[in-house]
Amino acid sequence: MRHSRKLAGALYAAPVAVFVLVFFIAPLLLVGRMSASDWPLLAGDLGLNMPDNYTGIADNPLFWPAVGFTLKYTGIVVVLLIGLSLLLALIVADRRKGTGFFRTAYFLPTTLGLASASLLFFGFYSPAIGPLDPLLEALGLGPVSWLGTPTAALWSTVVLIVWKFAGFFMIILLVGLQSIPPDVYEAARLDGANRWQSFRHVTVPLLRPALGLVLILSVTGSLLAFDQFFILTKGGPDNSTVTVVQLIYREAFQRFDLGAAAAISVVVLAALVVVNIGQLRALRKDT
Amino acid sequence: MRMDKRPSRAVRAGAAVAAAALLAAGCGDGGPNGEGGGEVVLEGVDDGTTLTMWTRAATEAQSQALVDAYNASHENQIELTVIPTDDYQTRVGTAAGNQELPDLFALDVVFAPNFTTAGAYLDITDRIDSLEFKDALAPSHLDVGTVDDRQYLVPHTLDLSVLFYNKALYAQAGLDPEQPPTTLAEFAEHARAVDALGGDVNGTFFGGNCGGCFVFTWWPTLWAEGVEVMNEEGTASLLDSPEAQELYATYRGLVEDGAVAPGHNEETGATWVSLFPEGNIGVMPMPSTMLGLMPEDLDIGVAPIPGLTGGQSTFVGGDSIGISANSEHANQAWDFLRWSLEEEQQVELLAANGDVMARTDLGDNEYYADNPNAVIMNDLVQVGRTPYSLNFGQTFNDPQGPWLPLVREAVYGEAGADLADLNGDVTASLAN
Repeated sequence: MRHSRKLAGALYAAPVAVFVLVFFIAPLLLVGRMSASDWPLLAGDLGLNMPDNYTGIADNPLFWPAVGFTLKYTGIVVVLLIGLSLLLALIVADRRKGTGFFRTAYFLPTTLGLASASLLFFGFYSPAIGPLDPLLEALGLGPVSWLGTPTAALWSTVVLIVWKFAGFFMIILLVGLQSIPPDVYEAARLDGANRWQSFRHVTVPLLRPALGLVLILSVTGSLLAFDQFFILTKGGPDNSTVTVVQLIYREAFQRFDLGAAAAISVVVLAALVVVNIGQLRALRKDT
Repeated sequence: MRMDKRPSRAVRAGAAVAAAALLAAGCGDGGPNGEGGGEVVLEGVDDGTTLTMWTRAATEAQSQALVDAYNASHENQIELTVIPTDDYQTRVGTAAGNQELPDLFALDVVFAPNFTTAGAYLDITDRIDSLEFKDALAPSHLDVGTVDDRQYLVPHTLDLSVLFYNKALYAQAGLDPEQPPTTLAEFAEHARAVDALGGDVNGTFFGGNCGGCFVFTWWPTLWAEGVEVMNEEGTASLLDSPEAQELYATYRGLVEDGAVAPGHNEETGATWVSLFPEGNIGVMPMPSTMLGLMPEDLDIGVAPIPGLTGGQSTFVGGDSIGISANSEHANQAWDFLRWSLEEEQQVELLAANGDVMARTDLGDNEYYADNPNAVIMNDLVQVGRTPYSLNFGQTFNDPQGPWLPLVREAVYGEAGADLADLNGDVTASLAN
C-alpha cells in the first residue's frame, strides 16, 4: 500500500521532473560544457579550451561598462517600479466608485509582450515616424531627441519599463494589502496612530512578503534586461546602453562564438544566484 | 535509421562508419566532395521533390514571386519560410551549427563568407560553369561567394545603393531636376540648396547610428574615387585615409549646417528610409529596392552615388543563395536556382517590378524601356562592389562593433579628430 502510494506520488511528479530535466537541467549542463569549449556557432564543438572563454571576459572592453550600466539601470528601475506600484496599489486598494476601472487601466500594459511594447515606444520616440515630436514642436517644445543621448536613451527606456510593469507589481502589492486584516488598523487607530504611522508601522511590515516578491522579480528582471534595449537603442548611442545580456547575444550571434557567450551566461547566473540568496536572507532576517 | 531485423555487429559497425563518413562529407569544408544528393545533374532535376527554402523578410517579395512561379510550373515544390530579418542570422547560424539547414537558403551577401568558409553551402562551381549566361551574373556577388576558386553562391535578389532625389524640391530650390550631383561636393551643395527652402523640408538624411547604413551608402563614394576601404583579404581597415576623412567631413559639414533632417544621430537603421518617400528630403543615398515603394505622385530621380571628384559606384547588396551542404536534393535545388536566373524569370518577375536583375545582360527589356531609373540602377551592377571580409558583420553591422565609433567620432565628435586608433580597432576586429 505504502509502496504504491509512493509510486503514485513519483508518477504525479514525473511530468514536472521531466520538464525540469529537459528544459532546465539539460540546457544548464550544455551551457556549462559550451563555456569550457571552443564552440563557434557555425562549426560546433571543437573541444575543450578551459579557461579561455572565462579569461576572455575580462579582456572584453564592453564587459565592465555593461556591468556598470546594468546595475545603474537596475537601481533606477527597482526604486521607481516599487515606489510607483506601491502608490498605485494604495490608490486602488479601497473599493470606491471607479476603482475597478483604474485597476484595469493600470494593469493593462502588463498584457502586452515586452517586445511589442518596446516596438510601440520605439514608434512613439522615433523622430522619423513618431507622433511625439510633431506634437511637441507644435507646442514649441521640440524636437526632443528621445534616444539620441546616453541619458535620454536610458530614461526613455526606464519610462517604458515602468509603464509596462508597474501595473503587474501593483496587483501583487494589492493582494498583499488586502490580506492585512482590518482589525490591525483598527487597533492602531485606537492606540492613536495617525495615517502615516499606521502606514509605516502596520502596512509596510505586514506587506513585507509581497514587497519581497516584487523586489526579487524586479531586480532579477532588470539585471537580465535585453529586449527593451535591443529594440529601442541597440546599445547606443555610443555603447552607452549595453546590458550584460546584450553582450551574451553579441558574442553568440554577431561574433558567432557560443563558448564566450556561454561563459558570460554562467557568470551572470552565478551573480544572480548570489543576489537572490542575499535578498532572500535579508528579507527573512527581520521577520 | 530504423531496422526491423537485429543487424550483426559487423553490419552495425559498417553502418556507423558509413554514417560518420556521410557526416564528415556534410560538415567538411564543403569541397567538391560535399555532395549530398549523389550524381551531379548539371541541368537540374524536376521530379516532384519537395524542397525547403529560407529567406529573410527584407527580400521576401522577390523570393515569394520566384517560388510561386516555380511551384506553378514545376513538379518540384518549394516550401518557402520567411524569417524576420533581425532574427535571420541567429536562425541560420544555429541551423548551420546543428546541420539542420533547409535545401536552399538565401543570405545577406556580406555575411556569405562566414557560411561558405564554414562549409554550410554546397560547392556548385561545375553547375555555375554550365550556365551559358554565367558571365552575366552579378560579378561582385559571385566574387564574395567564391572561396579558393570554388563557387558556392549565385545572386538571388540585388539591392544597390543609389542616390534618390526629389525633382519637385530641386525645381523649387532653383536646381536643375535633370542634373543630379556628379561629385560629393555637388551632392552637399544640392542638399544645402534644398534645405534653404525651410519649413519641413530638409536637405538630406542618413542613419547616423547605423553601421550598416554608413557602409551601404557612404563607401561607394570612396570606391568611385578609386579608394579601397579594406585590404584585399578583408583583414585591415583603410577607413582613415584622407579621402575617407574628406567624405566624413562633408557629411559633418551638412550636420553642422542643419541640412540633415532631425533624428539622424539616433537613427539605428529601422526607419532611415521612411523619410524620403514623405517628400521633404532633397537628396539622399538609399537602397534601390525603394524605387518600387515610392508614392506615385512623388517625382523622383535616381542617380549613381558619385565619388569625391567624380566617377560612380554602388554597394551591390541584397541576397545571394546557395544549396546547403546537408541537402539531399541538390539536383532539384539547382533546378530552381538555374531556372530563377533564366531570362524569362529575371525579366518577367524582377524587371517588371522595377527590381534590379541578377544578370547584367538583360537591361534591354520592355519594362526598363519605360523606367529609366531602373536602367540606371541595373547598369551599376557592373561597376558596383560587394566588400569581402570574414568578420564583416561583427565589425561593420554590429551596433557594438568598432566601425560605428570611428564614423561617429568623425561626424559627431571633435572636429579633425585623429582616427588612427579607432581605425586600428576596426583592423583588430577584421583580423581577429
